[in-house]
Amino acid sequence: MRIFDPHIHMTSRTTDDYERMAAAGVRAVVEPAFWLGQPRTSPDSFADYFDSIIGWEPFRAGQFGVRHHATIALNPKEANDPRCRPVLDLLPRYLEKDQVVAVGEIGYDSMTPEEDEAFAAQLALAVAHDLPAMVHTPHRDKVRGVERSLAVVAESGIDPGRVVLDHLNEVTVGLVRDTGCWLGFSIYPDTKMSPPRMVELLRLHGTERMLVNSAADWGRSDPLLTRATGEAMLLAGFTDDDVDRVLWRNPAEFYGQSGRLDLTGLDPADGPPEGGGGTFAGNSILRGGS
Amino acid sequence: MTPERLRAALRGVPDPEWLDAARERVAAEPATIGRWFAAAARRCGRGPLSDLPGWTADEAARALLLAALPADHASHAADLYRHGDAAEKRAVLRALPLLPVGAAGAPLLHDAIRTNDTRLLAAALGPYARHLDPAAWRQAVLKCVFTGVPLALVHDLDARADGELAAMLGGLAAERRAAGRDVPADAAALLDRLAASTPGGPSPTARPDATEA
Repeated sequence: MRIFDPHIHMTSRTTDDYERMAAAGVRAVVEPAFWLGQPRTSPDSFADYFDSIIGWEPFRAGQFGVRHHATIALNPKEANDPRCRPVLDLLPRYLEKDQVVAVGEIGYDSMTPEEDEAFAAQLALAVAHDLPAMVHTPHRDKVRGVERSLAVVAESGIDPGRVVLDHLNEVTVGLVRDTGCWLGFSIYPDTKMSPPRMVELLRLHGTERMLVNSAADWGRSDPLLTRATGEAMLLAGFTDDDVDRVLWRNPAEFYGQSGRLDLTGLDPADGPPEGGGGTFAGNSILRGGS
Repeated sequence: MTPERLRAALRGVPDPEWLDAARERVAAEPATIGRWFAAAARRCGRGPLSDLPGWTADEAARALLLAALPADHASHAADLYRHGDAAEKRAVLRALPLLPVGAAGAPLLHDAIRTNDTRLLAAALGPYARHLDPAAWRQAVLKCVFTGVPLALVHDLDARADGELAAMLGGLAAERRAAGRDVPADAAALLDRLAASTPGGPSPTARPDATEA
């Protein structure tokens, strides 16, 4: 089972996680920029964070054979802090980088006017930089949050096929299913979605434009729940091809719209990788420090 | 290395017209270099250049963009390093010997050597490392051994290696032997060469050791 986790915050995870993920079949991840639990108070903190998720983290992932890309944005929660607003001015520079495959996470947290403004401005940046957009839907007042997010997406003029609405569930899936947007589901130990509930939604709504992620971060979460969902699908009668579509081909197609997703070398059939990653001049130089 | 050799090695890139147009724009409007620099790998590829061992297409293309900067705008290189992803930072480090910046790029080497990213560490030890003082250079070489960067990538290794580096490597070898771990072959070989050239210097360490698996 090959797995592409389209939403996971590896900055918060350990090398044990990388080892277990690689052993479970996770070969590619996308790390969306989000908040870190501790609120930041200056754009410089964001610049260092963005540099980390397009620099050090891909290097760390490469040591375990995991390909790492990122999405970059000012998240909705911190968009409410006037000290963080200048982050919007940093974004154009980052949205040109090779590792960056979407604008995100954008969207709503508390649905304030400040969030409205940051959301619309960043959808415009997605269009300007020819990137897909990754929309976080709020945990509180979720139904209205999803409805309002869809309205802002429609108003922005971005192609809905280049947008994913994430953290959906049984209550919100129907709002998005026929909009042309992609649907993201975060599988969590207690909250959000569970593997059996996810399987039920796949049975009801099919596998097209469906993305399954662990959204693992610094909270209680589990980077192997993508794998657990794949296994639950098989037990429920889905085929290997269905699982491959949901856990690999769908995220590859969605982020592939950036033109910057580089999965070469992950499949033996693709031929040798093009430089970068964990090798230098064809030789592994990653014997492990100290 | 010269811009002419880099350009010749890149003649087979997917989009050579893009590269030439970008170089002209950089020469005419230096402030626009950021956008060209970021896009260079997507336009020119990332694979190794068969005519220029040790260089990849993106590194060579980015070095050419930097070399196209007017002399009084060469300081853009530091900004591109500061705001670059790892591949962009590597390209700046490798391009430093081509730029009219004197020793002003040395702080970039120090930054790269502070990281644990072996790609950056290796790129910091090219010809421009002559601007590193001996203490910083020795520490960087030792860090290569620690992190697994092949010493063959260190420019002028044998010419600069001295008794102090031999003492530091000897200490590392002793720690590794005490722990029952291997001493990387290239480090052991360097230590042997240094011992041979320094009468009374540290004794060779490459001999088989009963504690090593």
